[in-house]
Amino acid sequence: MNYGPRVEISHEGRIVVAELQDDEILEEAIINEVADSLFSVVADTPQIKLLLSFEKVKYLSSSALGMLIRLNKRVEENGGTLKLCQLRKSLYEIFAITKLDRLFESYDEKNTAISSFGT
Amino acid sequence: MPTKIYQEIEFPSTCWQAKIAEDRIIEATRACKYSEEDIFALRLSMEEALLNAIRHGNTKDQQKKITLRYCVNEQQIDIYVADEGSGFDPMKIADPTLPENLERPNGRGIMLMRAYMNLVEYNDVGNVVHLVKLNSQAPKHTG
Repeated sequence: MNYGPRVEISHEGRIVVAELQDDEILEEAIINEVADSLFSVVADTPQIKLLLSFEKVKYLSSSALGMLIRLNKRVEENGGTLKLCQLRKSLYEIFAITKLDRLFESYDEKNTAISSFGT
Repeated sequence: MPTKIYQEIEFPSTCWQAKIAEDRIIEATRACKYSEEDIFALRLSMEEALLNAIRHGNTKDQQKKITLRYCVNEQQIDIYVADEGSGFDPMKIADPTLPENLERPNGRGIMLMRAYMNLVEYNDVGNVVHLVKLNSQAPKHTG
């Protein structure tokens, strides 16, 4: 299924890997399109194990953080789990400053993140 | 010859015009040899300040203007973002890092600006924000 150009979806067993395609997730229009894609994936996959990859992302605004918080809430409401991976140092710092590193589990490596979901 | 760039730009409350103004400032900081880390901090903070001005200050009304004033040299950059809104009291923004607020999706923009800038201050009304970033590459003056 195609979820639009902002997010590339692949599967690793039962884990859905969503790779963000933009290097800047700052503007409202882009954030809304990313949100549309991700919320659709969550709606289509009951009890989703969702791994969000930030490998290509260089900039993230507070509005994008807000969208991730809403996404996490939706995933949890649907009985699923959301984890993050491949955040570069400068992006991880944004999560640390806002203490969202306590809300989101994140991993440097994609494979480690995938293993962390268990079987 | 030291570089000093001063400019004032006025534009309607749209994100794409804010982006053009933002790009000009980034260009000016590159001319003044700021590091990529400083530019990252500036980019992020300007984005937050401009978005607040457009969304909360001018309530996305394109008839209302944003005024962006900046002065940059090799030592520091000063940026003023003014909107035509009625202002707000930054002290009344709830701390988003408190456990009870952690899952609230709003209120992190000012916090990020304060973390990345050397100074963030508002006028009394709360519709002008002044950002200052020191150039971390600038030679330190000693007494």
